[in-house]
Amino acid sequence: MFPADSVRKGRSAKKRASTLTAGLALSALVLSGCAQSNREEGDAGASGDVDGTFVFAASSDPKSLDPAFASDGESFRVSRQIFEGLVGVEPGTADPAPLLAKSWEASDDGMTYTFDLEEGVKFHDGTDFNAEAVCANFDRWYNFTGIQQAESQAYYYGMLFKGFSDSPDTATYKSCEASSDSEAVVSLNKPFAGFVAALSLPAFSMQSPAALEEFGANNSSGTAEAPELTEYAKAHPTGTGPYKFDGWDVGNQLTLSLNEDYWGGGEPQVTDIIFRVIDDPQARRQSLESGDIDGYDLVAPADTESLAAAGFNVVPRDPFTILYLGMNQQVPELADPKVRQAISHAIDKEALVSQTLPEGTKVATQFIPDVVNGYNEDVTTYEYDPEKAKSLLAEAGYPDGFSVDFNYPTGVSRPYMPTPEQVFTNLSAQLAEVGITVNPQPDKWSPDYLDRVQAGSDHGLHLLGWTGDYNDTDNFVGVFFGQEKPEFGFNNPDIFAALEEARQVSTLEEQTPLYEQINEDIAEFAPAVPLAHPAPSLAFSERVESYPASPVNDEVFSDIKLKK
Amino acid sequence: MLRVIGKRLLMLIPTLIGLSILLFLWVRNLPGGPATALLGDKASPEAIANINKAYGFDRPLIEQYFTYVGKLLQGDFGTSIVTGRPVLEEFATRFPATVELAVVALIFAIGIGIPLGYLAASHYGRFWDHSSVVLSLIGITVPVFFLAFILKWVLAIQLGWFPTDGRQDPRIDATHVTDFYVLDGLLTREWDASWDAILHLVLPAIALGTIPLAIIVRITRASVLEVQGADYVRTARAKGLMEKTIRGRFVLRNAMLPVTTTIGLQTGLLISGAVLTETVFAFSGIGRFLRDAIFALDYPVLQGFIVFIAVAYSLINLLVDVSYGFIDPRVRVQ
Repeated sequence: MFPADSVRKGRSAKKRASTLTAGLALSALVLSGCAQSNREEGDAGASGDVDGTFVFAASSDPKSLDPAFASDGESFRVSRQIFEGLVGVEPGTADPAPLLAKSWEASDDGMTYTFDLEEGVKFHDGTDFNAEAVCANFDRWYNFTGIQQAESQAYYYGMLFKGFSDSPDTATYKSCEASSDSEAVVSLNKPFAGFVAALSLPAFSMQSPAALEEFGANNSSGTAEAPELTEYAKAHPTGTGPYKFDGWDVGNQLTLSLNEDYWGGGEPQVTDIIFRVIDDPQARRQSLESGDIDGYDLVAPADTESLAAAGFNVVPRDPFTILYLGMNQQVPELADPKVRQAISHAIDKEALVSQTLPEGTKVATQFIPDVVNGYNEDVTTYEYDPEKAKSLLAEAGYPDGFSVDFNYPTGVSRPYMPTPEQVFTNLSAQLAEVGITVNPQPDKWSPDYLDRVQAGSDHGLHLLGWTGDYNDTDNFVGVFFGQEKPEFGFNNPDIFAALEEARQVSTLEEQTPLYEQINEDIAEFAPAVPLAHPAPSLAFSERVESYPASPVNDEVFSDIKLKK
Repeated sequence: MLRVIGKRLLMLIPTLIGLSILLFLWVRNLPGGPATALLGDKASPEAIANINKAYGFDRPLIEQYFTYVGKLLQGDFGTSIVTGRPVLEEFATRFPATVELAVVALIFAIGIGIPLGYLAASHYGRFWDHSSVVLSLIGITVPVFFLAFILKWVLAIQLGWFPTDGRQDPRIDATHVTDFYVLDGLLTREWDASWDAILHLVLPAIALGTIPLAIIVRITRASVLEVQGADYVRTARAKGLMEKTIRGRFVLRNAMLPVTTTIGLQTGLLISGAVLTETVFAFSGIGRFLRDAIFALDYPVLQGFIVFIAVAYSLINLLVDVSYGFIDPRVRVQ
């Protein structure tokens, strides 16, 4: 009845003690007042006198330990410790960098990529990582069938490689060949400029072909919406990373321990990682304050200052997010470009950022953060100018302003939008200054809000945003404005076509001018107001000296520095 | 007695059949149908057709119903949409946590509630009475999350006497035999682990047990007051029975009937109370799991949970009725 994947040593009980004893013990405790907690501070780590056990609060269990079938942050956080891909990212940035592949070379037509692999690397099960293993992984993804292709499963492969072996006409991937032990050649059917950057996603981690086979990683069952985890995905993730999987006590905690044979060398101070599941943000904060955990992610903006003042280490991530105010052009007033410009001029982004968004947030001028390819320094901007906004409104035929629905979600916290209610209140007041009255339309995030804003036309102004998956422009603007969507309710074939074209260009250098132009076109058309690039923060106990914060969450705990 | 129990267990069957029909109809009538509930409004017609086929939603209702009941009878509660694990396995791993918490909360509520209620009644109209009335009023009106916050803030964060959340310190490498952590520590003689699990239970148990405690105080007080004024007590006094005997055998025993009923009802409610408490204390039991299921509309889990609750409620009620028999022999005859 009890799953085998829980953390248990399985020693059998020698003697049955009665529950009465427990009851008595508790009464004794209640009667005697409260004794000081005698929790241990953990074992001393491998590196000298530092406690090598690192406890991190996760907001949920991972969805799956098989990263090819995961797309959520908590799964990826765990994956990044156990697995490595061919490509990693440059520390602290979103740019691709060598990892299991020492280097790579693309053919001129962008159709073949030759990867030169690290040698002497072994998976946790002792099998060799080599070009054959690389091809086995690519072929595995390509040959996913049935429910494995569902969005709930191979989401990223489906999204980025556009098709599987049963639809070779649309598929980007063609074949993989191991030309030697240390050289793998991947061929594509069509150019894909974001190919290398995409490989930095944990979904494309290299997994041990032997372990995948042994523990039935491909024996998917269940249905597309309720896929059952395979034995591999529950208890046997096998990669090349600095940490090995120990156990998963579902709903409670997941433990990893140091991979002593790690190829990358170094002497990590963190020898054991415990991911504790604490879904309530308030509980995470309290857990840190009481010393039960060493750190957690997505600190509420209201907490950053007080935690820092209390001596905790608050680490902001470089923003890789965008928060925008959408304007649905199905609403007659918002269809008028002058009105959209007026709204753009009516908003004081500086004030919004300083009043409602966390430390480290940058004001946005366009829909991509400045580290993404195609960021346009000279893009048209709409300075905060309420007078100009009023006169534009008058020109558009609304000298006394107008009223419009303003949709916003409640009780939700996203990395790009930690406190939607506050942002709504702030923006409403600013719009009122120029005569635009808003009708508040609050909705629960899922499914109400997302459905209302993304699926139907029954909404006016709205708040939404995005966190980038990896460094790719199309992953931002293409998602928002690449086709006709009910969210913005406009049809601008020129922008759609330009985005389609840019996506298919084979090199980043050629893409840059195209995206710069697209960002300018979008700014002029103003389908939405880019508000800010909010910076999500992490918080750690005092003993954490440094944490390798990454804009794309590429954080491996072996890089954590602890105080002696 | 056994016949009564047997009869009651038999009556569970029509209850469960009725419930299974209601549940079945509920899922079929989710807004947009079950496929849309799973996929969301934006799902393509093909995806919806696929789901209908995969789940058999395209078959006649009667056939669907019997398939569903057939699976239930085989212990197949389906697979959680959120976690991808069998619902029964999910329950099995989380159930011990909730039971452990509920038991300690009950011990807390009964252990303090009955003496306090009795004390109030026997000091009717005086200091003890007034303070217990005020205390129980506070206990009922203070929201659980607020109480939890205060408890954590003062006892865990400021004073550091108790941990803020979870079931056990993750740094303790404890052996788990039954998944009742306190018991496990005793069984394996890992006293530290047991002690740590107890410390982790104290705050959530107080938070969870406070409302039942307040209600038990009030019912005990009212019930004792009523019995104290009953004719048979007056008669007993007139006969010159010792006060100790009167209190123990007449008053307390007779007053316990409504209190037992209340305890039974409160035990059932503890499970729903656990939803909030377990969330606030990051306690990995059934309550927290249910909350996630509600948010995600994870209907295999919700369905399984309702069946589970129905059975649990029926069994608790049965237990209450059986204990009536022990408290009051007249009930046994009926």
